[in-house]
Amino acid sequence: MAPATSSTSSAITLNINGEKHHLPIDHRTTLLDALRERLDLTGTKKGCDQGQCGACTVLVDRRRVVSCLSLAVAAEGREITTIEGVAEGDELHPVQQAFLDLDGYQCGYCTPGQICSAIAVIEEHAAGWPSAVTDDPGPEAGPPPLTPDEIRERMSGNLCRCGAYVSIVRAVARAAESHAEHRAEAAKGTAA
Amino acid sequence: MREFGYQRAHDVTGALALLAADPDARFLGGGTNLVDLMKSGVERPARLVDVRDLPLDRVEPTADGGLRIGATVTNSDLAAHPEVRRRYPALAQAVLAGASGQLRNMATVGGNLLQRTRCGYFTDVSKPCNKRVPGSGCPAVTGEHHNHAVLGASGHCVAVHPSDMGVALTAFDAVVSYASADGPGETPLTDFYLPVGDTPHRETALPPGALITHVSLPAAPVAARSRYRKVRERASYAFAIGSVAAALTVEDGLVREARLALGAVASRPWRARAAEAVLAGAPADGATFAAAADAELAAARPLPDNGYKVTLMRNLVVSVLTELAGRDAR
Repeated sequence: MAPATSSTSSAITLNINGEKHHLPIDHRTTLLDALRERLDLTGTKKGCDQGQCGACTVLVDRRRVVSCLSLAVAAEGREITTIEGVAEGDELHPVQQAFLDLDGYQCGYCTPGQICSAIAVIEEHAAGWPSAVTDDPGPEAGPPPLTPDEIRERMSGNLCRCGAYVSIVRAVARAAESHAEHRAEAAKGTAA
Repeated sequence: MREFGYQRAHDVTGALALLAADPDARFLGGGTNLVDLMKSGVERPARLVDVRDLPLDRVEPTADGGLRIGATVTNSDLAAHPEVRRRYPALAQAVLAGASGQLRNMATVGGNLLQRTRCGYFTDVSKPCNKRVPGSGCPAVTGEHHNHAVLGASGHCVAVHPSDMGVALTAFDAVVSYASADGPGETPLTDFYLPVGDTPHRETALPPGALITHVSLPAAPVAARSRYRKVRERASYAFAIGSVAAALTVEDGLVREARLALGAVASRPWRARAAEAVLAGAPADGATFAAAADAELAAARPLPDNGYKVTLMRNLVVSVLTELAGRDAR
């Protein structure tokens, strides 16, 4: 049977955490609502639904976005990663582990968005992206040290109403350090 | 939300044709503003033409030493681009001062220029607004307007343009290129936004159905010494209450060249030509910088609750120019 579609809906395929999901979808559906209401991937949270709180942050083509302002139909063909897909089997992602070890949360509602965002922050920083608090944005300056000020600025799109920011900043710093050590190890392995 | 059709365009000609097929169609870029406005009922398109896959996602150095920026380049990629950071650092700073990391990954250059004001009356469909419903009135003039315009406004609309990127582009003489059914065209960014007058619903000089394809920056050696500073009500992730993009070169204690644009003070990014005229050739000191700011702000017409912006902008201009002059002296 052909999937039911009209001019205002489409049969789409979403690639989420390496798995393909086929679903008919009303074009009005946000990626956030598709994840939570249609695919039972409720790790991604709905906070403000206006792009202001970051609770719905997911990775699309490895970049962090707010899924509440992304249309599901526009996400077709992209590689979507949600909090359910960041661990390697039973081994938590280093950012997840750091949030656990350093109590980077209180109620936990904003945590999936914080973690997805932090994963991307660490990648963006490693790629040399400056931020609004970087003294010299020039390309010759190299990546700035990932200070608490840098982390706070880069994570400012994720609100935590419990106010767990102090621990969140520590967790991101810890995860970034272990990420850098991993990269150094890997580079050494390649050199040897 | 009104139901809508969705199509993805793969080339510019196709995008124009898809849009032309429906008078209620809109181009969809990153969606960070449009999707939000659709949720609140301010925008009610019958069809979205997704332009994110168009081959307009490159930042290319031009032969004359400038840059040609594709309309679908994301804010993130623009701010991270080595030549943007090297040649126009204030542009990278302006982009990084806007929104959040998530939104910068979604938002595009073309969409940034076409984003709508965040005036609370515009975004609330239960309120009158001349921009949204022409002739319905402007409650902001007598209502909540602490972050509204002090320059170039009219009694019909006192909303400000929210872009940070646009302020730096305005300082550096950006030119907007577009494709339309009648062929390609271009407009300097300083002429892109129409005067408010009694038609605040008419915002840009873009012809109906046209698609922004590129934003070009001419070579500007002065821009290599530039700075964007933004004042807001919290340290990060908020719209400006005032901002400045400035570039300055000083020779023998005199201003050789200056560029200045102001943000969050008008319905468009505000090129401060009166200030630039005062700066040109004058001693690069605090007195000149203050005189330049005063020359520009002489035209300010603050409302009862936003007079602070005139003082704020004066201090901001003096502070940024002083910093740039100091950097030049080193």
